[in-house]
Amino acid sequence: MAKILRVLREQPGIRLAGLMAPGAFWLSVFFLVPLLIMAWISFLSRDPLGFPTPPLTLQNYWEIIRDIHFAPSISLADGLAIRLFEGLYLELFWRSIWLSLLSTVITLLIAFPVALFMARLPPRYRNLALFLVMIPFWTNFLVRTYALQFMLRSNGPINTLLRALGLEPIELLFTPTAVMLGLVYGNLPFMILPLYTSLEKFDWTMIEAAHDLGADTLRAFQRVMLPLISPGLLAGSILTFVPAIGAYITVELMGGGRTNMIGYAIAQQFSASVNWPFGSAMSLLMMIIVTFAAVLYFRSGRGEYRNAI
Amino acid sequence: MASDVVLLGERSEIKPRPRKESRGIGLGRFALVTITFFTFAFLYVPIAVLIAFSFNSARTGATWQSFSLQWYERVFSNTRILEAAANSLIVAALATVGSVVIGTLMAIAMERYQFRAKLAWDALLYLPVIIPEIVMGISLLIFFAAINLSRGIVTLVISHIAFCMPFVYLTMRARLADFDRSLEEAAQDLGADEWTTFRRITLPLLMPGIISSALLAFTLSLDDFVISFFVTGVGSQTLPVYIWGQIRRGITPEINAISTLMLLLSIVLVIVAQLIQRRQRA
Amino acid sequence: MPEAGALSEFAVELRDVSKVFGDIVAVDHVSMGIRHNEFFALLGPSGCGKTTSLRIIAGFERPTSGEVYIDNKPMGNTPPFQRNVNTVFQSYALFPHMTVEQNISFGLEMKGVSKAEIARRVGEVLELVRLPHMAKRYPRQMSGGQQQRVALARALVNRPKVLLLDEPLGALDAKLRKEMQIELKTLQREVGITFIFVTHDQEEALSMSDRIAVFSKGKVLQIGTPLEIYERPTSRFVADFIGETNFLTGRVTQVDGEFAQITTNGGATFRGRAMPGVRAGIEATLSVRPEKVQLVEQPDDSVNCYEVVVRSIAYVGSDTRVVVMLGENRIDVWEQNTISTLDPNYFFKPGERAWLTFKPENALVLAE
Repeated sequence: MAKILRVLREQPGIRLAGLMAPGAFWLSVFFLVPLLIMAWISFLSRDPLGFPTPPLTLQNYWEIIRDIHFAPSISLADGLAIRLFEGLYLELFWRSIWLSLLSTVITLLIAFPVALFMARLPPRYRNLALFLVMIPFWTNFLVRTYALQFMLRSNGPINTLLRALGLEPIELLFTPTAVMLGLVYGNLPFMILPLYTSLEKFDWTMIEAAHDLGADTLRAFQRVMLPLISPGLLAGSILTFVPAIGAYITVELMGGGRTNMIGYAIAQQFSASVNWPFGSAMSLLMMIIVTFAAVLYFRSGRGEYRNAI
Repeated sequence: MASDVVLLGERSEIKPRPRKESRGIGLGRFALVTITFFTFAFLYVPIAVLIAFSFNSARTGATWQSFSLQWYERVFSNTRILEAAANSLIVAALATVGSVVIGTLMAIAMERYQFRAKLAWDALLYLPVIIPEIVMGISLLIFFAAINLSRGIVTLVISHIAFCMPFVYLTMRARLADFDRSLEEAAQDLGADEWTTFRRITLPLLMPGIISSALLAFTLSLDDFVISFFVTGVGSQTLPVYIWGQIRRGITPEINAISTLMLLLSIVLVIVAQLIQRRQRA
Repeated sequence: MPEAGALSEFAVELRDVSKVFGDIVAVDHVSMGIRHNEFFALLGPSGCGKTTSLRIIAGFERPTSGEVYIDNKPMGNTPPFQRNVNTVFQSYALFPHMTVEQNISFGLEMKGVSKAEIARRVGEVLELVRLPHMAKRYPRQMSGGQQQRVALARALVNRPKVLLLDEPLGALDAKLRKEMQIELKTLQREVGITFIFVTHDQEEALSMSDRIAVFSKGKVLQIGTPLEIYERPTSRFVADFIGETNFLTGRVTQVDGEFAQITTNGGATFRGRAMPGVRAGIEATLSVRPEKVQLVEQPDDSVNCYEVVVRSIAYVGSDTRVVVMLGENRIDVWEQNTISTLDPNYFFKPGERAWLTFKPENALVLAE
């Protein structure tokens, strides 16, 4: 024992290697290597069963951009939509990003006042409120989404209530709005908690100091509060945006697969319509988009995300 | 999901109450109360309805017939559900032990040593937190297919350790950053060698963090559906995967009962986490 | 080199010790010997290398070059837990998950001392630091001063050869600090252990230590008794850092025996004690402490007598602190208020003329 300790004491390199090795191994072999294989497969062809096979090809990526063409249009069907280009997968990616962004903004707009209210409660009530946020936070996402779907089903409690009141039942599920509702519902706790953590630490005399120095409420918020709570803001937004763009459960349960999003489309390539190379190509693209968004976002927050965690 | 870490991180001490501004606070406060109330209602009404209907004797629809525990009885007599639950618990337990050990060691290495490629590892450790679960799920599916490892409990445990470990790492790293290293120096100064110092000082002081991250890893593993869905085998379904299959098949009142039970488990876990935190602060 | 373990004058000796962190030289070729049963202070501003030196003695840092001898044995790579020294940390570093008793027992337990013996010695040391009723408390349930004593007890109970104290009073408020200074000093006499004490507080160092090593930028500038350090600083830094002083720069015109003559840039010529390195013709600094300067209304025929203009005066109770201008040079004069008076005319007034004077043996000519 003493001998081992002496070697470890005098060889910090061995010490470090011993500490790093298991994690480095796991992360490399069961995270990085799978991603690299996926990237490799995205450049392979598909065999008749949909599994990857040589030769190397760019076909999978070509498939995604193949049908993109210039077709300017304005529509009011789904809210105002101005399009310059059309294309099946272009639209899929665009819709996914747009829905994810919008759901993140809506979640933020709801979560901020809630977190603010919670942070300013007296400690006793504050702990109770925190407890109430933590329960959905820790509850299985699938179970929660199922609960929401159950409520909104055509023969679910809401429609039963409407019928009992003599009203026409309404189809609440399987629309883009339902998917959006599901995303907001599912991700709300993930936005409220980090925001609350930042706001709770916030020293309110700072606002008084800002007022004292002549800043009005808006400017005090912009210049003093926003920078100080940005770690929570960043963490919450990332935690909302990333699951949204990769959403699978919500798209299936709330959208019935009709409002397709990338995450769902990828999953399809590995289950219903088998095409691993194409699914891998879409995954890689999505990963690039998300990583890019995250990096951009961290930059804007001057790397404060770290402190948020 | 990374804010699971937030939840378990230290919360700051209570700040003195701000003085209320006389102007405009009435309306603003009213708006805050209203929004908060409706948000909590939004979060809880579906859950409450689900719980209520888990006690409904009707098989279909949302009409209330009578109070019944029959769905719970069905849950506990359904061997497939019990097997799935057992699988979930086994996977979660193994993933917790594995990810806590690996993640803690790595956090110690990253917090206390300077070395080349440290930045690269740091970035790599963040990546599983920010890339969508679905990408991780399919990449693992492809990987296990490529190395010809048949899917089952083993692939589940491997995958769960892989996605839980970064969260453990982040939690432990934060704890280690706050760790007063002069305590270890003091122990050595008093004659304790490195191993004794670790056993008597470092480990006991890190224990609350280790328990927190274990709780986190356990919950993450238990809750995971997307990754498990892709790496699970025929005989090794976890509970969420089983639930998913049932929901897709249609109306299944047993699912309401299982969901209620899982909710109960979450509440217990939250209470345990809070108790740990409170004890730490005391 | 003396034989290992042989008796030596020093309890701890540093021979040409350096410590480099990256491109920062924290300790720069430091050599010093700390005698047995001495109360030895390492004094200097923050970042001067005093704490690093202490950590090297304790074994927390390995010197980049040079060697530490404890009891005449070279320490080499000896880890801290095999050195017969104990440390009182600046933050106290009390183990938060252990009671006071458990904290204090820790070191004895590590040595394998029997339970009964541990209990006896813990009881003894708790008496010594006057906390006998606190054994079952946890550190967080105690005040800063009490924690400080526990830290002291935890170290002393091991009866180390040398006790290392890293700014142990830094976290205490002024009043408690003064009390603890006296207490520490008494304690050191009582236990007869060598104390090496790191501080940035010169008053603390002066009042407590047998000898002081003054650090600056990783180097030891001077080692001496408080009296030597204060009255005979060998460098401008030491004269400046310890107490207050007036500096006048100029050129040495003459050195005769113990004294040197310096002509300032303003043209005044002063005599003072020649410190090592002072030669005729070099640039040098005259240092004279404010309490050693007198102001008189009439010039006398002494050497260091020049006419000055009073710029400001401040009455501070025991002293009157007068600032006077000798040409462009500001000189502080502290006159002790030896007469009880309410007559404002007794004091100089701003704008008045006066003559300053001090004895050559009370001023130093420093070769810098």
